[in-house]
Amino acid sequence: MSDRLSRAIRGAAFAIGIVAGMSAAHADTTMLNVSYDPTRELYKAINESFAAKWLAETGEVVTVGQSHGGSGKQARAVIDGLEADVVTLALAYDIDAIARNSDLLGKDWQERLPNNSSPYTSIIVFLVRKGNPKGIKDWPDLLKPDVQVITPNPKTSGGARWNYLAAWAYALEQSGGDEAEAKRFVGDLYSRVPVLDAGARGSTTTFAQRELGDVLLTWENEAHLAVKHLGADKLEIVVPSTSILAEPPVALIDGNVDDHGTRRVAEAYLRYLYSPDAQEIAAQNFYRPTDQTVAARYADQFPQIPLVTIDQAFGGWQEAQKKHFADGGIFDQIYRPGQ
Amino acid sequence: MVAQARRALSIAGETVEPAGAAQARRATTEPPLVRWALIAAGVVFILLVLVLPLISVFMEALRGGAATFLHAVGDGDTWQAVRLTLLVAGIAVPLNVVFGLAAAWAIAKFDFRGKSLLITLIDLPFSVSPVISGLIYVLLYGANGWFGPALKELDIKIIFNVTGLVLATIFVTFPFVARELIPLMQEQGRDEEEAAISLGASGWRTFWHVTLPNVAWGLLYGVLLCNARAMGEFGAVSVVSGHIRGLTNTMPLHVEILYNEYDFVGAFAVASLLAGLAIVTLVAKSLLEWRYGDRLAAGRKH
Repeated sequence: MSDRLSRAIRGAAFAIGIVAGMSAAHADTTMLNVSYDPTRELYKAINESFAAKWLAETGEVVTVGQSHGGSGKQARAVIDGLEADVVTLALAYDIDAIARNSDLLGKDWQERLPNNSSPYTSIIVFLVRKGNPKGIKDWPDLLKPDVQVITPNPKTSGGARWNYLAAWAYALEQSGGDEAEAKRFVGDLYSRVPVLDAGARGSTTTFAQRELGDVLLTWENEAHLAVKHLGADKLEIVVPSTSILAEPPVALIDGNVDDHGTRRVAEAYLRYLYSPDAQEIAAQNFYRPTDQTVAARYADQFPQIPLVTIDQAFGGWQEAQKKHFADGGIFDQIYRPGQ
Repeated sequence: MVAQARRALSIAGETVEPAGAAQARRATTEPPLVRWALIAAGVVFILLVLVLPLISVFMEALRGGAATFLHAVGDGDTWQAVRLTLLVAGIAVPLNVVFGLAAAWAIAKFDFRGKSLLITLIDLPFSVSPVISGLIYVLLYGANGWFGPALKELDIKIIFNVTGLVLATIFVTFPFVARELIPLMQEQGRDEEEAAISLGASGWRTFWHVTLPNVAWGLLYGVLLCNARAMGEFGAVSVVSGHIRGLTNTMPLHVEILYNEYDFVGAFAVASLLAGLAIVTLVAKSLLEWRYGDRLAAGRKH
């Protein structure tokens, strides 16, 4: 498009924008963090703390907007034009999806920040009813005759994929690498799931509010939050012998920050997530800090157990997604509703 | 049912009077026991399906006491959601009044090619699922949509923005005003307008002094229905909202968010505000019917 034409169109658009009242002229900076479901409380606290720090350092007022929903759905919204300055999603695969389906950020996004771009981590734990009436201590206990398991649908939920992979990794380890055995274990596990909710929060509600099932597989942070909100007299957390290191990654959406002129503040925001202050907030919200000093202070809160990682046990998210969760993948083979 | 049938018939351009012969004998012949059993079944059904859920919303909202309720309602994000809902309805409803009046006027008072096609198009939002109504805007105006690249070039934002919420709401509530007015205007015919014109009134004057006063009550009724739906719409706005806290969350969306955040009292408090708005609308409608029942009845038949 020629420069004059594009300038003319821009002028017209500007006029239309004013007429329609769409041109939001902000004296202060606003940026948008598009995140997944369980992080609402975490980012509410971090955003306030970041804004205070940014004001003190630069004299600029910054407001960080929050948008939450299922991780895959949020990635879809960013691809469709939700103008995120940064995304903080449940798993790398969803940010990969943004990189693949748009030109908003580079495919090497995960190498740009420390720890695979994951400022905090979590693990998959069990949530059981108070007193643990079914005696669920570890993964094999999930297959006891009368145990019903609640976990969301791995096709739609990020947390559900971590749950599935944690179970798979345990079974593979136990059988000395026998995939047929792992498939049997996970198949048996999912035959005990009475309802697959679309997202992690939905499953928590099913388990805690509707009182379905004997054990909920979920994020450690989500389990702590459920205990905090729904009562330590009703629920308790069981940490299994092994689990998976869940790394919810963060990324700068280059295409949007350049349009908004927010690159500087958005980059500072992501760096801030790794700072001791933000790490402290993460730990208070039951996310495992990656900062060793902060982690040491909260050692009691986060039991150390052997953890597999997605890269080491599954060869990364692309591999895991293709093998397990794509149409016709192992999950489709083992999950037969109503049987 | 009768009203609908009349409506359908009057759209076709006919007016049919219900058969008067049936009034000569008793309308029902069933024994009293059967009649009362049927009435009781109806009442129980209404209680279980309509009244109890409504009561439970208010009960849940007030479960933590009035102070908790006020705290939940006074939250900044809640007020923003209320303001946004009123803003969206405040833009969508007047526009749909203009569109609906224009469409009904054109359809009822003029003959032109494609009239039945226009009627079908007006009905389209009734038959399309609200989620689809939202998705079509994402498909058209989203970053990867048909107009996405052009809109980006022009720096115009439609989806995940108040504009998108207003568009989706206009689409979903489009038929309400037009559908109220079309049968009414068709029943009234064109005689009065023709008389006004032949006496020398201009088109505008005829519209303001003849057409509009004739349909005023029907219009008001349509506005109330349109407004109730505009404020309560969930599916379509959920797709185009982007769920940005304090920015693009309307009240129905905010209810869902609060519920998912374990804030059950907050969720039901906001839900009770929405229900309150709906009840105000219904009461307003009933008051109008009661106070001006005869004039309403003269203009419209249900």
